[in-house]
Amino acid sequence: MMKTEAGVVRPKPLKSPFRLVIIVALAFVYIWALSGVPMDGLKETAGQVTKAIAAGIFSPDWNYVYLPEGEDLLRGLLDTLAISVLGTVISAVLCIPFAFWASRNMSRFRWLSGSGRMMLSVIRTFPEIIMALMFIKAVGPTSFAGVLALGLHSIGMLGKLYADEVENIDPGPSEALLACGATRLQQMWFAVLPQVMPGFLSNTLYRFEINVRSATILGVIGAGGIGTPLIFALSARNWPRVGIILLGIVVMITLIDLLSGYIRKKLV
Amino acid sequence: MKTQMGVPQSAAVSIHPKPPGRIKHVLTAALVLLLLIASAKQTEASFGELLEGIPEMMKLLREMVPPRWSYMDNILPGMLETIRMALLGTTIGAIGAIPVAIFCAGNLTPNIWVYYPARFLLNLIRTLPDLLLAAIFVAIFGLGPVPGIFALAVFSLGLIAKLTYEALETIDRGPLEAMTAVGMNRIQLIVFGVVPQLAAQFTSFVLYAFEINVRAAAVLGLVGAGGIGLYYEATLGFLEYDKTSAIILMTLVIVLLIDYASTKLREKLL
Repeated sequence: MMKTEAGVVRPKPLKSPFRLVIIVALAFVYIWALSGVPMDGLKETAGQVTKAIAAGIFSPDWNYVYLPEGEDLLRGLLDTLAISVLGTVISAVLCIPFAFWASRNMSRFRWLSGSGRMMLSVIRTFPEIIMALMFIKAVGPTSFAGVLALGLHSIGMLGKLYADEVENIDPGPSEALLACGATRLQQMWFAVLPQVMPGFLSNTLYRFEINVRSATILGVIGAGGIGTPLIFALSARNWPRVGIILLGIVVMITLIDLLSGYIRKKLV
Repeated sequence: MKTQMGVPQSAAVSIHPKPPGRIKHVLTAALVLLLLIASAKQTEASFGELLEGIPEMMKLLREMVPPRWSYMDNILPGMLETIRMALLGTTIGAIGAIPVAIFCAGNLTPNIWVYYPARFLLNLIRTLPDLLLAAIFVAIFGLGPVPGIFALAVFSLGLIAKLTYEALETIDRGPLEAMTAVGMNRIQLIVFGVVPQLAAQFTSFVLYAFEINVRAAAVLGLVGAGGIGLYYEATLGFLEYDKTSAIILMTLVIVLLIDYASTKLREKLL
């Protein structure tokens, strides 16, 4: 910032050579990126298929919503929900030790909490769909593989959010309890836990919203949920069925977001 | 704040908060438990099966170590394609997000009949996860990186437009009013009143979307939408787990590097 004589504050303009370098670099990056995209490999039927999908969405296959013999929309969505509920609860329990490991005010050494943060970051980076592929090798292509993948992957994010929550607590109550001779466990139970509980629950619900979205795609690789019938319908070019499944997913996720948002507002 | 307000008042007025009812807690716990049991039944979760499967998984993990480093050369083109897809997808999404965000912001588009439907549509777009979008675009365009780029573009449009319109609604009204007073039209208002206030934040949102998109692009190949994900299926299918772990390691390193660079840039921007 420079002050001119009239007292008007003017932001210093960016140095022009530096700006030029950025623009040239960006231009090169984009030329590189665009040159690598094969534009001639597109199907000529793209327009037709788009129209067919749009038509399918506007005239969905309502009969698919409930079929008495099974494998219908409602059961697929229920399966998706069940996967995300179970996965969220597993991670919410498993990430608590990680959260205390990674929070700075709970350990005496900086490297200890740092290593915890690093660990959570690595878990976060590992995509859930790859985890699901591995669990499928262990327990077979079932919804359970999806549950385990979501449960393990969510530790990364939930652990970090929980750790932030633990770092933000007021040390007063803990110290007061310590002063009257409470053990470490009693401090945890009566001073730390009541403070972090609303935050923990709110973060868990937030992760649940994300997990519902993830659970809809697990079926793509055979780990249960609504993704499997969607992939089948897509490859069979059954557009009305694709339409009804998409509608079902959109409605379910919207409802869950509304409900979870309402509860989270009440919690915090 | 707690100590300031709490100490002097406690003598005069009782500030003991009413404890929440026990029954409510018990009911909530029961509901959660019920949900859990029902979910476990629906997914046929059995931890016995997991215990039985663990040796199988351990075998898999053992075969993954050591990763086959020589395979890195083969997957480098796939990795570059992944980054390319993320870059182009984010760019297209960011450009598309600008008009959408303006339509969604109540202070720039004061007409309630415009910004409510716009927000509703935006929320609908945001419900669809990226891999699902990719599966649909593969059906439309065929295999290759193009459907992946489109999927990422739609996904980042939803994300960036939402973050941007929420930021738009918190901008300082002063400059806008001053410009209206001197008779500027809407376009001038946006260019001179809004853009300078929001440019840094918007860039930060785009970088954030890019981080997410690199992670997403790495798995889009599973549905045939290009990038490194194609190699997962191939190597897992041929039971070449040491190659799989090479892919995973390479992706991890690239993602962490891009995350680090992008976070540093964003810190500088804001």
